[in-house]
Amino acid sequence: MRNMNIKSIQQWLSRAGELVNEFYNAPYRSAIARAKRDEDDLFMMLVFSEMMGVPNPASYYTLELQPLMLERFHDWHQRMGMEHSPLDHFRCC
Amino acid sequence: MNAIFVMLLGLAAMFLGYVFYSKFVAEKIYKLDPNFKTPAHEFEDGVDFVPTNKYVLWGHHFTSVAGAAPIIGPAIAVIWGWVPAFLWVIFGTIFFAGVHDAGAIWASNRNKAKSMGSLTGDVVSKRAQTLFMIVIFLVLLMVNAVFATAISGLLIKFPSSVIPVWGAIFVALIIGQIIFRKWMGLGTISILGVVALYLLIWAGPSAPLSLPETMGGLTDNASWVLILFGYAAIASLLPVWMLLQPRDYINGLQLFIGLILLYAAVLLLGPDMTAPAFNTNLPENTPSMLPLLFVTIACGAISGFHGLVASGTTSKQLDKETDLRFVGYFGAIGEGSLSLATIIAACAGFATLADWEAVYSSFGQGGVAAFVEGGANIISQGVGLDNEIAETLLTVMAVLFAGTTMDTGLRLQRYIFQEWGNIYNISWMQKALPATLLAVISCVALAFGAGSDGSGGLAIWPLFGTTNQLLAGLTLMVITVMLVRLGRPMYVTLLPLIFLLIMTVFALFIQLKGFYMEKNWFLFGLDIVVLIAAVWIALEATSALSNLKKEQKS
Repeated sequence: MRNMNIKSIQQWLSRAGELVNEFYNAPYRSAIARAKRDEDDLFMMLVFSEMMGVPNPASYYTLELQPLMLERFHDWHQRMGMEHSPLDHFRCC
Repeated sequence: MNAIFVMLLGLAAMFLGYVFYSKFVAEKIYKLDPNFKTPAHEFEDGVDFVPTNKYVLWGHHFTSVAGAAPIIGPAIAVIWGWVPAFLWVIFGTIFFAGVHDAGAIWASNRNKAKSMGSLTGDVVSKRAQTLFMIVIFLVLLMVNAVFATAISGLLIKFPSSVIPVWGAIFVALIIGQIIFRKWMGLGTISILGVVALYLLIWAGPSAPLSLPETMGGLTDNASWVLILFGYAAIASLLPVWMLLQPRDYINGLQLFIGLILLYAAVLLLGPDMTAPAFNTNLPENTPSMLPLLFVTIACGAISGFHGLVASGTTSKQLDKETDLRFVGYFGAIGEGSLSLATIIAACAGFATLADWEAVYSSFGQGGVAAFVEGGANIISQGVGLDNEIAETLLTVMAVLFAGTTMDTGLRLQRYIFQEWGNIYNISWMQKALPATLLAVISCVALAFGAGSDGSGGLAIWPLFGTTNQLLAGLTLMVITVMLVRLGRPMYVTLLPLIFLLIMTVFALFIQLKGFYMEKNWFLFGLDIVVLIAAVWIALEATSALSNLKKEQKS
């Protein structure tokens, strides 16, 4: 019986904790996510800069990163206002 | 009359409004559909569009809309007696604010969660959208000037609050770091933060702080206004997680604690409403109640600012369409209850009628200071807290609210300037710092332009209320047009719209005369701008509705 009580109190506390966390984060989720997205976009530009004709001294290393960024490439070019991939040798959709 | 009775009457009326009227509006007018796929689900991206628990969303919505304005407005307006203010707050909340706030979420929800500004463009006309942007800019401009002045007045009148108010910023900064670096869970840190804040409040009276009366040719009032804008400019440039987010959070907790404390104290003490029900002994130069009451109390009865919050952020996080009844309508009731608490504090917190009349010696006097003094008397006698500590507590509550609104207001204004920089290709204006400086300069100019020592802010309070009501009018117009298009009854939003337009135009003319008599040409000019906007809205609404009528006939 006593165990049950402690368990239900713990459950209740963790649920309350979740709600408080939501209350803290919900108002600013978009502002923070947007700031993070801006940084990611900049990174994306760096990785693909050589392909767009911008010389990049680190391109030897960023080439390795390209496959990792592929997943986000589609969202990125759409966000930048381009319906299809802007790169000739790099198809997306 | 006993304040407990007033409190219960008001709360019961608002609650019944929620149970019956909002149900009617939700089911018969907006026809909320639990199966409608809300934008939060349709465009879910984890950034802007996130389905959110309705209680969390309510808490977020309520704390964003409830600020210092629902305290300042009613605290000024009780000068005409407490009954008119009480009636307008209660009826305003039930028939105006709730319908408006829920309607704004509904309209946005049914239109891909667009903001009210672009909705105006889509639903009414492009002209109306331009008008909307102008009115928003005016509201933001005034809100910053008004709040800076209100805060500086409070800091001067209650020097014991200076240390807790600025200390609260450091508490927020530390909390921000701790949460960001995940050193502690949010539950622990909330308790620690609130304890730290209340320790500061408790220590405040033993270390009062005030600025010298004149400093470098500036009065203390003017210096505070400048310091506040300096602070707000920095705060609005910092990343949000550093200061704004923890500050908002602590303020939200403060809001609930303050409200509960005030209502509990009223219940325990049961003071009498010492202020007159209808003030027949009005101080000289008090303007006529009839239009002015309805613009002096904007937030707390109906406020256009809510429409911005409702359509900008709340509508993007709505999980189910039926939730908006609770989030929007009950959010308005939360704000109404804050205004009700203010009315009780400012009217029942003084021992005798003579004391009350001494505080309300002329129009614009009393105000938020009366709320602090009266509320502190009630709390100290009801709960047994030291009077000075109670005063500090309420001052800190009011100042923190106003301060957060200033940060946010300045940030929004900066975005507007940056957008103009984009539109007109002015590259320096697109950067954050110059745009913030422009915003600060325009607000300071208003605060000082309206009164040479920076006290001009409160002189524009009724004008701010008027502009805020116009914004609400624009939102109501959008909702009405949508309802007519759907072939549903429009009187639920049309009647408030007509009432608001008549009262604001009427009030603008009265204030115009007042500014003319005082030879205050700055405010006279501003008044004319707002008046033009008001007439424009009336014409826009008439033409939109008559066009619709014609369409439907043919």
